[in-house]
Amino acid sequence: MTPAGLEISGGETVLFWVVAPLMVLAALGLLFVRRAVHAAMCLVFVMVSMAILYIAQEAPFLGVVQVVVYTGAVMMLFLFVLMLVGVDASDSLTETIRGQRWVGLLIGLGLALVLGGVVGRAAFPPGVGLAGGDPGGVANPQALARVLFGDYVLAMEAVGVLLVTAAVGALVLTHRRRLTPKQNQRTVAEARVKALSQGVTLTPLPSPGVYATSNAMDTPALGPDGEQVPQSVSRVLRIRGQERPAPHTAVALVENQADRGTEEES
Amino acid sequence: MDVTNYVVLAAVLFAIGATTVLLRRNAIVVFMGVELMLNATNLAFVTFARMHGDLTGQVLAFFVMVVAAAEVVVGLAIIVTIFRTRRSASVDDVNLLRG
Repeated sequence: MTPAGLEISGGETVLFWVVAPLMVLAALGLLFVRRAVHAAMCLVFVMVSMAILYIAQEAPFLGVVQVVVYTGAVMMLFLFVLMLVGVDASDSLTETIRGQRWVGLLIGLGLALVLGGVVGRAAFPPGVGLAGGDPGGVANPQALARVLFGDYVLAMEAVGVLLVTAAVGALVLTHRRRLTPKQNQRTVAEARVKALSQGVTLTPLPSPGVYATSNAMDTPALGPDGEQVPQSVSRVLRIRGQERPAPHTAVALVENQADRGTEEES
Repeated sequence: MDVTNYVVLAAVLFAIGATTVLLRRNAIVVFMGVELMLNATNLAFVTFARMHGDLTGQVLAFFVMVVAAAEVVVGLAIIVTIFRTRRSASVDDVNLLRG
């Protein structure tokens, strides 16, 4: 049923039927995956597959732009913002508008049906293919440049202005005005001394314990009384719950080693 | 296979993107849905360019990409600003204008 002007090779058919279902699956992942980072990864997959389809569809320039701009720049921006906002920011599942999920799903399905109906009933002209429409036979980027800087040169300029405006807008939006005086070493030191009565220590915090049995960063040191010193482990590790218990108290450690020594002797 | 298959794929992806925008609460994921819709239209543009043997479709897809990049930059900046003041990236929490 392929029109005369446009021969679709068997390879492209196979490529389409391999890539398209995977793309739809990844796009559905966007809908059902809980974590925002996983959704971003799904979208990256969709975009790279899209680039493959562009290249298969005689648009190599757009394929490369797709990888560079979308996967390289836009999705990296998304990941950076996810990092700023917090990777754990997953969706809340409580519904604030009652029945929104079902209505949304229904509207989505309806849209799919309408679009499918339009595409199914439309009478497309027999395909021509770009090689047929381009008698000069120039490569795609050159031909594209001729159209872009010929017929659409004004739009090109406008888009340039738009990009500069967007960059300046992002700068203005994310700019934070300094409301408090800048902190330097002296002010920090003075604030610490002032907070001394509230139980803040002036000295550096104790360093974590060093044991032959475990990595030192995540195990608390043992104080002279043999008890663990929780401040010696980084606050981040403590909050994440990645802190390991110290082997035992110092006494137990010595006993443990003593036991081991007797075992080896016997 | 027919070139129309690409158009069908574009329609399916567009519908999924629209549903994502309607269903998800996280503003960033909603934004990803918008990106998916833009990508789907790009696929349709490229397919139509090939179908008609005219490069204009590809040029339009190129413009869509540029505008999408600008939109992402500003949109994400807005999300970051809102997150700074409200400590939340959920679209439900931005209800200051509610009567």
